[in-house]
Amino acid sequence: MEKYYLGIDLGSTTSKAVIINEKDEIIGRGITNTRANYKVAADIAREEAVYDARFTLLSQRLQKEIDSKPEFKKYMEDIRSVFQYQQFKRRMDSLEETLLATVNDFAYDNKADIVKELKMIIENIRPQIRHEFVNEDLGSKNQFFRDIVSERYNVEVENAEKSLFEPLMLAFDKSITPVENEMVKFNFKELVDESMQVLDEKYGGLADQKIEEGKEDWYYAELNAVKDNYKNVESTLRAHIDEIADQDIHISNMVGTGYGRALLPFPEDCIKSEILCHAFGAHAIFPKTRTVLDIGGQDTKAIQVDSHGLVTSFHMNDRCAAGCGRYLGYIADEFGISLNELGPEAMKADKETTICSTCTVFAGAEVKELLHNGEKRPNILAGLHKAIVQRAMSLIARSGGVREEFTFTGGVARNQAVLKYVKQMVTDSYGEVTMNIHTDSIFMGALGGAMFARRNIKVDLPSKENKIQDVTA
Amino acid sequence: MSKEAQKEKSMILQKEMIEGLFSDLANAKELGKKVCYTFIPGNLSELIRTFDMLPVYPEINALQSAMRKKSAAYIKEAERNAHSEDVCTYVKCDVGMMMKGNIGPTGQKIPEPDVLLLSYTGCFTFLKWFETLKREYPNAKVIMVHTPYQENAEMTPEMTQYMVKQFKEEVIPQMEEVTGIKYDEAKLKRHLELSAKAEDLINEIFQTTKHKPSPIDAYFAGVYYIGPINIGFRGTQEAVDYYQELLKEIHIRIEQGLGPITPEGEMKEEKYRLVVEGPPNWTSFREFWKIFYDMGAVIVASSYTKVGGVYDLGWRHDPERPLEALAEYCMNCYTNMNIPQRIDLLKKCITEYDADGYVTNSIKSCNSFSAGQLGMMREIEDSLEVPVGFIESDLVDPRYFSYSNIKNRLESYFQMLEQRKKMEKEMETA
Repeated sequence: MEKYYLGIDLGSTTSKAVIINEKDEIIGRGITNTRANYKVAADIAREEAVYDARFTLLSQRLQKEIDSKPEFKKYMEDIRSVFQYQQFKRRMDSLEETLLATVNDFAYDNKADIVKELKMIIENIRPQIRHEFVNEDLGSKNQFFRDIVSERYNVEVENAEKSLFEPLMLAFDKSITPVENEMVKFNFKELVDESMQVLDEKYGGLADQKIEEGKEDWYYAELNAVKDNYKNVESTLRAHIDEIADQDIHISNMVGTGYGRALLPFPEDCIKSEILCHAFGAHAIFPKTRTVLDIGGQDTKAIQVDSHGLVTSFHMNDRCAAGCGRYLGYIADEFGISLNELGPEAMKADKETTICSTCTVFAGAEVKELLHNGEKRPNILAGLHKAIVQRAMSLIARSGGVREEFTFTGGVARNQAVLKYVKQMVTDSYGEVTMNIHTDSIFMGALGGAMFARRNIKVDLPSKENKIQDVTA
Repeated sequence: MSKEAQKEKSMILQKEMIEGLFSDLANAKELGKKVCYTFIPGNLSELIRTFDMLPVYPEINALQSAMRKKSAAYIKEAERNAHSEDVCTYVKCDVGMMMKGNIGPTGQKIPEPDVLLLSYTGCFTFLKWFETLKREYPNAKVIMVHTPYQENAEMTPEMTQYMVKQFKEEVIPQMEEVTGIKYDEAKLKRHLELSAKAEDLINEIFQTTKHKPSPIDAYFAGVYYIGPINIGFRGTQEAVDYYQELLKEIHIRIEQGLGPITPEGEMKEEKYRLVVEGPPNWTSFREFWKIFYDMGAVIVASSYTKVGGVYDLGWRHDPERPLEALAEYCMNCYTNMNIPQRIDLLKKCITEYDADGYVTNSIKSCNSFSAGQLGMMREIEDSLEVPVGFIESDLVDPRYFSYSNIKNRLESYFQMLEQRKKMEKEMETA
């Protein structure tokens, strides 16, 4: 039986899980932004990683077909997104139920109107979201349930009658967190079946689709291939899916890391510092890495590693988390936009407004002042992004600067504007160095953890045995 | 064995000495003794004793307040009276304590100063501190001595003469005036002889950490060991007796192969040997210490235990040159050494004590310690290839000690050390 290893990285903002095989290859990734408690977060992330692993195993079996036939490639991409939609749908059902129950407890006079409006909103956003998952690959955009729903919900509420605004927002705020924190177990096979039905409808309807202006030729080439051959893909898939669904993804060992690691229900020797894990993960992907910058939710780390991926020194922000991921979250709230829109918006800047303060709360006040003075939003955002990177640069300098290859990890590495300034400032200070950023950058800590688990490297943390025994005992 | 049995004789001796001092202070008027406030770095204990004065160390009172969890309220009191958030927290704690009645660590009142003696000017805050106290105690006489910094890594005869001149023209005449006692050089010499003895002993004590396992912790326990020599007992037979007793106890530990004593008993396994730079945090001293001993980390040398005098390099008070010796003493305290000298000293410690790592505890409100710490760390890391760690806290302001952050960083640091040790072992066997 194949052995698998699990790494779980419990961050302050998101929790990540990675499953690797015996060759250190990532076969499953899971991520959640639930902040319920670390146990639930770890369970959700792990479940996600297991589903993802099943798809990877399925793809591996069909590798030959995927490589040679475009319809297989397209189908496998689509089914993952639709699978995510099926998961989304179940959570959405739960949200609807919770919303209605929440409103039911309200003491507003116009409760009937609120319920009516609420039902209408849900009716409106459900098909929008379904369409984006099924036809626009929303699943690959790595958005969380909360972000997907709230973005559309807010738009609908804006259009509703003024007197309903407050209760509707309140209902959402009260309902979203419990729903997000629910540990929902899905039946993999059932969800795959449902997803295949959705795809069956989608591809079946393609015969009559008209060619739109502006779409690339390859888009139609892929669609045409799948349109004519999807039944064939389906039957091949069905031949494997039962086995894949029932396959035991046997986790031989696991390691937990991240800010919440001490709270994980793991044996103590399965817990490792995130500094070591991030460095190990980044080094595994880019073996020439000597400096790692990780910007996470509430801490930024500059880490120096040796040729084996072992940490030689590190520096972390202290006392203040301005300049970390949460700072961006706060700024996004100030602007009333989603976290994912921050980077692209900042990239539109023609100059960077100087933001003097690196204190998150003060920066918020500064932003208001600047907006009031007519400063352009992209320019302010560019200045804020630059301010974050400046703080990170000071940590890099403190940890010993950039030596040889440089790898940027953590959730914030997904933000293009941050990337732009990191590149700019590293080059300014240390000259031309190779800079690595990976699409899996947010998973580096979990990957490092899984790799430690595979190597079964014991780590010593204060445990009951090696604690100094009280002489009175 | 009960916990009580862990109280060594030296601990009892020290307790008696300190209680005696505070009791004398509380009764200074009745005893007819004058009171001299001064600071640990460059403290002129022997001269103060020659004039029969009693010493008060405001920074020691501050750290004692912190260990008794009183500093937060004192700091708040000082801030209410217009001391900025950025002012040294020792100062604010001391000022706050004074405003709340100046009750010392033993619960007795600390008398007002007759003299404010500033004999070390490397810390600019000290100057301002006494300026503040002068306003509160207008009757106190302020005596300030300028201490030249060892800019070129040496104490030249000119520097020494410059200080001796100040002693002769400023310090001694003013002390005579305040106390009504004539300067007695023979008496000073006798104190200096005893000082040199205590210095020999404390140096020997801190050298015992070269043993494996180290019989003592040179930082967390070290701060207790430096108590008598720093807070006014240097130059007395009591201090010599205390250090003789302590050394005897440590030798027994070495013979028995025992590790350091911690608040939770004996440390069982010595896993890491560290050198620490910077003062400890006092408000969460126990928790801070526990993170280290839980990990099996023992501090084999620390710069902080050298703030009241650097004895590792052979310097001693020389009774034959009394005023010159006092001058050199002031110039030779740790923070008056230039940065390359400090680096050399720390490197010597790391090498000679066979340390596995070097950790800096950077203090938010202490400029004289924090300046240059990062550069020193870099230099040590580069030249010795020793794993370095950096944490930040504060002296006596509990708001700046974040337990989970410090623990998180130290855990990472210890895991890094563990990995390195494992690698080195593998390379040796390969």
